[in-house]
Amino acid sequence: MSDAAESGGLTLGSGGPGIDEEYPLQAEGLRKAFGGITAVEDASFRVERGSVTGLIGPNGAGKSTTFNLITGMLDPDAGTVTFDGEDITGLEPHAIANRGLVRTFQIARELQDMTVLENMMLAPKGQRGESLWRSVTPGVRREVIDQESELLERVWEVLEFFDIDHLAEEYAGNLSGGQRKLLELSRALLTDPDVLLLDEPFAGVNPSLEKRLLEHIHELREQGYTFLLVEHDMDLIMENCGRVIVLHQGQILTEGAPAEIQANEEVIEAYLGGNV
Amino acid sequence: MRDDVVARIPGGDTGAIVAVLLVIYAAYVLAGVGLGFSLRGQLNTVATLTFFIGVFAMLSLALNLHWGYTGLFNIGIVGFMAVGIYVMALVSKPLYEAGGASQVGGLGLPIVVGMLAGMAAAALLGLVVALPALRLRADYLAIVTIAMSEIVRFSFLSGDFQQFQLFGERVGFGGGSGLILDYTDPIEAFFSVVGLWDAYLGVVDAFGVLIPTNPKPIVDGLVYGALLLGFVAAYFWLLKRTGESPFGRVLKAIREDEDVANSLGKNTNRFKIKAFMLGCALMGLAGVLWFMRSGAVTPNTFRPRITFFIWIALIIGGAGSNTGSVLGGAVFAALLYQGPRTLKNLIDAVLPSTNAPSGFGPAVAPLFSTLDPAPLLFYTLDSVRQLQLVFMGLVLIWLMHNRPEGMLGHRKETAAGIPLTAQRAQKRQAADGGGGDDE
Repeated sequence: MSDAAESGGLTLGSGGPGIDEEYPLQAEGLRKAFGGITAVEDASFRVERGSVTGLIGPNGAGKSTTFNLITGMLDPDAGTVTFDGEDITGLEPHAIANRGLVRTFQIARELQDMTVLENMMLAPKGQRGESLWRSVTPGVRREVIDQESELLERVWEVLEFFDIDHLAEEYAGNLSGGQRKLLELSRALLTDPDVLLLDEPFAGVNPSLEKRLLEHIHELREQGYTFLLVEHDMDLIMENCGRVIVLHQGQILTEGAPAEIQANEEVIEAYLGGNV
Repeated sequence: MRDDVVARIPGGDTGAIVAVLLVIYAAYVLAGVGLGFSLRGQLNTVATLTFFIGVFAMLSLALNLHWGYTGLFNIGIVGFMAVGIYVMALVSKPLYEAGGASQVGGLGLPIVVGMLAGMAAAALLGLVVALPALRLRADYLAIVTIAMSEIVRFSFLSGDFQQFQLFGERVGFGGGSGLILDYTDPIEAFFSVVGLWDAYLGVVDAFGVLIPTNPKPIVDGLVYGALLLGFVAAYFWLLKRTGESPFGRVLKAIREDEDVANSLGKNTNRFKIKAFMLGCALMGLAGVLWFMRSGAVTPNTFRPRITFFIWIALIIGGAGSNTGSVLGGAVFAALLYQGPRTLKNLIDAVLPSTNAPSGFGPAVAPLFSTLDPAPLLFYTLDSVRQLQLVFMGLVLIWLMHNRPEGMLGHRKETAAGIPLTAQRAQKRQAADGGGGDDE
């Protein structure tokens, strides 16, 4: 296990790019079939560092499958995923997350019977106390406790950043849908990611919270984080994403700036039904 | 509501445990008085009761690590217990001597070594079970573990393992005829190791004032009970630390949603295997402590019903809470395991001269012919031991309907090395000279 998490200091922003490469996340020829149905077919795309990239497509286009392929929840039948210059295809989800590519889920999956604080404390990497013997051995446990105090400070800072510190002692299962989304994002952030994959982060979120969530995302992007997000709301994607990738029937239809996408005949036909 | 009761007991969790134990012991002593027990009888009852409280509390603590914390559905507990005591016997039984009482010998190593070996063997068996099964969903782990516990029982029953050569010694598990545990009495071994055996014998002699004839078994029983309670305290300490740590936090997260823990960078399989092996080792040790003074063990003792007893104990106490596990073990041992026997003795003492009918037919017939319920009542009382399982079933059904979260209610023990409260933030804000947070 890696040693100590970064100690002290505000960490928002410290999780920014480590390797100066323009495209930290690249997918090459991804393919995944379930039985006779090919969910993703020869999907290749890349995500620019420091961007908010949108992944759109009609229902069943393969967006969630693509996410699962990237994050190791599913193994692709063919193709490669490269992250920060390394091939991460087929690695276990935890290994991928530890490299700095962290996801959230479409339906917020908070850990219900744990408090918000427990949820948050779970996330940071390199916790010494995750080794059993350190946690129970007298003397050595002191280090664990010290690190716990440091982590708790970080957790409070992130909770305050997202304005959910008043919920700290609440059980996650008691939060509203929007609050859960905030919790998931802040929890993911505590793992010190480089790239965050958000699966429909705005589903079931009321407009004012949606606005706040977007502000947070833009603020974090300015600090150097990269986002790839799946979303249904076209207007939202067009207004907030620097680049957009369009999936259709498991294939990449096109990729480009929002304006290009909106003008693209193919996209309008295949996905927007000519209504935009 | 009962949470408040617990909260009001001074001393918090420890206070609650002590209070429950006091109530149990008081009830048993009163029952003993009702039965007109001699002091010897009283002390015997207390020793037996303590023994069962000890073993059930230990086992439900270990199960709580599996189920309460990690969500691992282990219904093969008895298999790990059996491996613990059998391996301990193999290691600690004296070397084989022709003409001795025992058909097979052991390796003749000290009992402590045997206990550690038993724990290690149970943990290794846990690893073997866990490696393939933990990748499966929870209910498959359940099937694998119960099958494993039966495989263990049949293996010890099998003639092939009855005797074999190990390091040139004739050893074995004795097969269906059982294994004689002919090592030094563990109490003697324990006090000899700490150099207090003579002092102990002195205490036994002093006890002769209270019980003139043969006080040693009584003192042995009481001391062993006290030792077991010491082990319960050690289990509690270990598991509390395990739970209140980042390790325990990951276990809890696995119980809640393994995918989430995994996508936050936790190698959940490793955590599961570690937790499973630790729990199995503790179950193995509990198996050793339960049976090491029983003189002999036979494989058929280790039937799945023991596993389910422990599940009932944990459910009574409340899965997820270490305090609840201890309370559940104590209450189960006192009320459901030993209780019916005591109750029967008590009623027999109050209604001394009754002849219970010999079967169900004669017991029920008078109810219809003369509307006399007495024979059925006596028959029921006479069959209390057999009806024990029925009582347990009823209690379980009642619990599931009315209090599925157990005695302590829906209580959670925080999974962190430090208290996680909002006070901290307020203090910090005050220190910052901070403007109040309006929200």
